[in-house]
Amino acid sequence: MKLVRDLQTIGGYALREAVRRKVLLVVVVLTICFLALYAFGSHQAFQEVTRASGAVDAPGLQEEVLTGSTLLGLAMFVTLFLGTVLAVFVTLNAVRGDAERGLLQPLVVRPVGRSTLLLARFLAAGAVCIVYVQIVYWSAVLLTDATGGYRPGNAVAGAVSLAAAVTIIVALALLGTTLLSSTANGIAIFMVFGAGLAAGLIGQIGAALDSQTLEQISSIATWALPFEALYQDGLHALTADIDGVTGVIVQLGPFGGAADAGPLLYPFALVYLVVAGLLADRAFRRADL
Amino acid sequence: MPDALLTVGLRKTYRAAVALDGVDLRVGAGELVGLLGPNGAGKSTLTKIACGLVRPTAGHVTVLGRPAGSTAARARTGYLAELFRFPGWATADEVLELHQRLARSGGGAPERRELLALVGLAEAAQRRVEAMSKGMAQRLGIAQALIGEPGLVLLDEPTSALDPAGRRTIRELLEGLRGRGVAVLLNSHLLSEVELVCDRVVIVDRGRTIAEGAPHELAAAGGVEVETVAGMRRFPDAGREEVPALVARLVSEGEEIYGVRVVTGTLEDAYLGLVGRDAR
Repeated sequence: MKLVRDLQTIGGYALREAVRRKVLLVVVVLTICFLALYAFGSHQAFQEVTRASGAVDAPGLQEEVLTGSTLLGLAMFVTLFLGTVLAVFVTLNAVRGDAERGLLQPLVVRPVGRSTLLLARFLAAGAVCIVYVQIVYWSAVLLTDATGGYRPGNAVAGAVSLAAAVTIIVALALLGTTLLSSTANGIAIFMVFGAGLAAGLIGQIGAALDSQTLEQISSIATWALPFEALYQDGLHALTADIDGVTGVIVQLGPFGGAADAGPLLYPFALVYLVVAGLLADRAFRRADL
Repeated sequence: MPDALLTVGLRKTYRAAVALDGVDLRVGAGELVGLLGPNGAGKSTLTKIACGLVRPTAGHVTVLGRPAGSTAARARTGYLAELFRFPGWATADEVLELHQRLARSGGGAPERRELLALVGLAEAAQRRVEAMSKGMAQRLGIAQALIGEPGLVLLDEPTSALDPAGRRTIRELLEGLRGRGVAVLLNSHLLSEVELVCDRVVIVDRGRTIAEGAPHELAAAGGVEVETVAGMRRFPDAGREEVPALVARLVSEGEEIYGVRVVTGTLEDAYLGLVGRDAR
């Protein structure tokens, strides 16, 4: 009971800070801008496809499906990127940054305890980021449907994978904040995100070229950074049911060649999350403030 | 009743640097103890160990009979850090409310009102921290340290940002705490204030305790000054008890005496004599 109350207190404090500092306002405004741009671009793309219908001599090609899946793949990528940016900024100062500014010490000396403090920050940041990526993702799904009539095969899988991926990023960002200063941590998380992205692209290139070495490198890297494997898994679920010549072209595209990571991905991600959490907790409990 | 704070052989090293080198310190229940020492002497490290912010390398520390840093010890400790900040977006009342929740204090709004009044911030309850002067924020910090009726209050330079009126307020507050049986460890460079309010003073230097005692015990006698026709004559080795004999001797030698003053040494004199005058 005490734990729940402490979690509520610290989580509420973190959320109130995000609101009062206008972090959430900025995020909402910029997200609306992104979604408006996406709606406009999606509308234009589908109109163009309708106008040019039949111009390409490819029997069996479903141009709306190709356009819709590519747009939604792009939306999913942007959603994860924005979720990562949000995760980094809401956790940036959680430990080292706040300790350097003298904000953390008055809280840590209270009986609430460091582990609870860290868990509360994780839950608050995780909740904000998960809600955020869900809003952006489902908005993109609805906009794609509204502007072009395209509905992905398994939209729920995409949503779940994004939620899981951003949760991993929040955990990594919190681990980073126990070890690194704010700036170093922000840079580190963006670089890790970039590394995951590069690993995914290498895997897609490897699949297109049928290069086992590239695919293996990609596989190791994406499992080491499972947010990328989760993202790829979700992306794969969106387009897995597209068959025929459209399916082949989608698989060759930048958002279509994603790999199905298999049934072990989510258990692995959970273990990864727990290990990252334990490492962060250990580092925080041992830190001299 | 257990000591409010007890350290035995307390040692803390940061890689090769030794911050504390076997400090033994005792703050009795309801006692007001001043912790003095030059910059880098280890005062803040000792205070941080007592409230669980820093882990000791060796030694034994208890707060009200519980291991320092434990949940039970933290629940009975109030702490004001030397360098602290509260979130600028929060009001004074919100800061105290947050700390009440974290300290599991059931005092509610009456406790917040009382504490703000105690530090002279009764009118600033709804003022945001970012709109406060440094002195006001410091007062709020002191109010925060007193939440939940702690048995031990650790104050690290609590008056550094305060004007003379603010210092007097805090001095009166400290005396009030002593009256309520709350033990205080006051870490300060303001020797005159420590001398005024503390029951006992501990001086540390280079991580070791170099002197300990009541302020008047540490303050060395400064001799006797006698005003004569020829001017002020100083007898540095004389004490209060020797004044009658000294005056009688001078009169018998034909001196005309206009005034006699027993020179009392200050804590500052004693402190400087112990730690030296070199800036660090």
